[in-house]
Amino acid sequence: MLQNWTPAQTRSLLKGLAFISPWLVGFAGFVLYPIAASAYYSLTRYDVLRPARFIGLENYIELFAKDEIFRTVLGNTVYLVVLGVPAGLVVAFLLASLLNREMKLRPLFRTIFFLPVLVPAVASAEVWRWVYNTNYGVINSFIKSWGLAVIPFISSMELAKPSLILIHVWAQGTAIVIFLAALQDVPSSLMDAAEVDGANALQRFWHVTIPICTPAILFVMLTGMIGMFQYFTLGWLLTQGGPNNSTEFFSLYLYRNAFQFFKMGYASAQAWILFVIILAFTLLIFRSSARWVYYAGESD
Amino acid sequence: MQQTEAIASSPTQHLPLSQRAPFRAVQRALFYLMMVALALIFAGPLLWMLSTSLKTDPQVYTVPPIWIPNPVRLINYPEALASRPFEIYTYNTLRYALGAVAGALISNTLVAYGFARIRWPGRDIFFIICLSTMMIPFQVRMIPLYLTFKNLGWLNTYLPLIVPTFLGVNAYYTFLLRQFFLTIPSELSDAARVDGCTELGILIRIILPLAKPALAVIGLIQFMFAWDNYIGPLIYLNSEALYPIALGLQQFRTMFQEELMWPYMMAASTAATAPVIILYFFVQRTFVEGISITGLKG
Repeated sequence: MLQNWTPAQTRSLLKGLAFISPWLVGFAGFVLYPIAASAYYSLTRYDVLRPARFIGLENYIELFAKDEIFRTVLGNTVYLVVLGVPAGLVVAFLLASLLNREMKLRPLFRTIFFLPVLVPAVASAEVWRWVYNTNYGVINSFIKSWGLAVIPFISSMELAKPSLILIHVWAQGTAIVIFLAALQDVPSSLMDAAEVDGANALQRFWHVTIPICTPAILFVMLTGMIGMFQYFTLGWLLTQGGPNNSTEFFSLYLYRNAFQFFKMGYASAQAWILFVIILAFTLLIFRSSARWVYYAGESD
Repeated sequence: MQQTEAIASSPTQHLPLSQRAPFRAVQRALFYLMMVALALIFAGPLLWMLSTSLKTDPQVYTVPPIWIPNPVRLINYPEALASRPFEIYTYNTLRYALGAVAGALISNTLVAYGFARIRWPGRDIFFIICLSTMMIPFQVRMIPLYLTFKNLGWLNTYLPLIVPTFLGVNAYYTFLLRQFFLTIPSELSDAARVDGCTELGILIRIILPLAKPALAVIGLIQFMFAWDNYIGPLIYLNSEALYPIALGLQQFRTMFQEELMWPYMMAASTAATAPVIILYFFVQRTFVEGISITGLKG
């Protein structure tokens, strides 16, 4: 093939490869090799001290057939993704729509809604531990002063996951900024046309604003979903998987298996299951996107 | 319902003001009321953190809670931070964050340039492979990476956290920069090429000066990521002398156990948060512009 190329083409190929060479090295060493190694480890029993021993699909069989905690973990993770991602998205979109209106002090409001995402996860964990505190946390302290029953946010099995989702919904700064950028692109001519046609504000929002923003919504949904499947830090710090495994999410259980129980093979098998689940959800969202994502420049 | 109405109605109505004025005044008042309420809710946890960090012990345990500490106990900060080597945590975090920012900017600029501004056979395939790595969860690579770094003798150093950034492993940054580079007219490069400028020369002299907002966004995102990163340091570092703030804050927590020392804990949390927020205020304008430009166009 190479001999059919003009010297100019070969030169441009070499130039291109030279520029992306850092990535080529990084991709081979820190992406491709680890993926292959992880696939292999998932078929072994490996405790780091002794060499990995090939055991075929045993890890996968154990995960699906025997490991009851794993089943809980799967359920918890899907719960978190299926409720948390849309909740975050809707709140971010509504806040962005509010910020998109003409108003005084807009930069101030924008900053306030953006601020939570700047708080490091470790600090966020401590702040919310204190906010959610059953005795003196700000919410329960008010509730107590009104003589009502306190809310056991992160100490109850039923409320622990919703409480973590609430924290996620609070920290939507990035999505808000992305949506705000998309909203500013909604052509006012379209809005005016819809208004002339007699569409009320709600109809314009639903039939003009949202469709125009669907590419941004797709982007936020995809990145949010991929991120949420890997949810770790707040769960690890705030609830440690408890109470009674109700917040034991995929990454927590995987981390425990790898670095606390030193079951590297078993943890690798979990990582691959996570990978496949994320791939499946990605494909599902992409497939469905043909039906609901509107691209203004579709013709070219 | 009222809320959605307020969101949706755009200020494009050109009806005579005399007819609409009273209605609109009420509407606007309600709108601002709602904005202020929402802002208070979103700022609430952070105000609560700040307020607690300045309280004396008895004020922490009042029911209902008080928001404005009286007296203001500023000394909580030095007292809390002195109980652990906070300055060492900060130094470690800064070293890590600045190293990672340098790595991400240098490597991703080169890689994105190769993907955006040079036409070469096979480019699109490589770019698709690069993009598809975004879907791979870190957990898949985590264990082999840990074992590799262990074999290299890199555990308990910052190399596992910094070296990969110099190899453009974060496809998200590559993607953002490439999108930005694509918006720069190709005539600019062509003219420079005619004048005998090399590709690297074009990148440095023409593209980079135009790409400042995009670079600022990536720099800030990477800085915040490094400041925030918990699982990386958790896996690779085990001596406290190397801890970044993310791990250090947990040391505070073990010391200040549960409810006994909330003002100290909140002082430490505020100290861990403040630098990021201050930095954000400095680069806010570039950042928001950059996200709007880089975000999702094209």
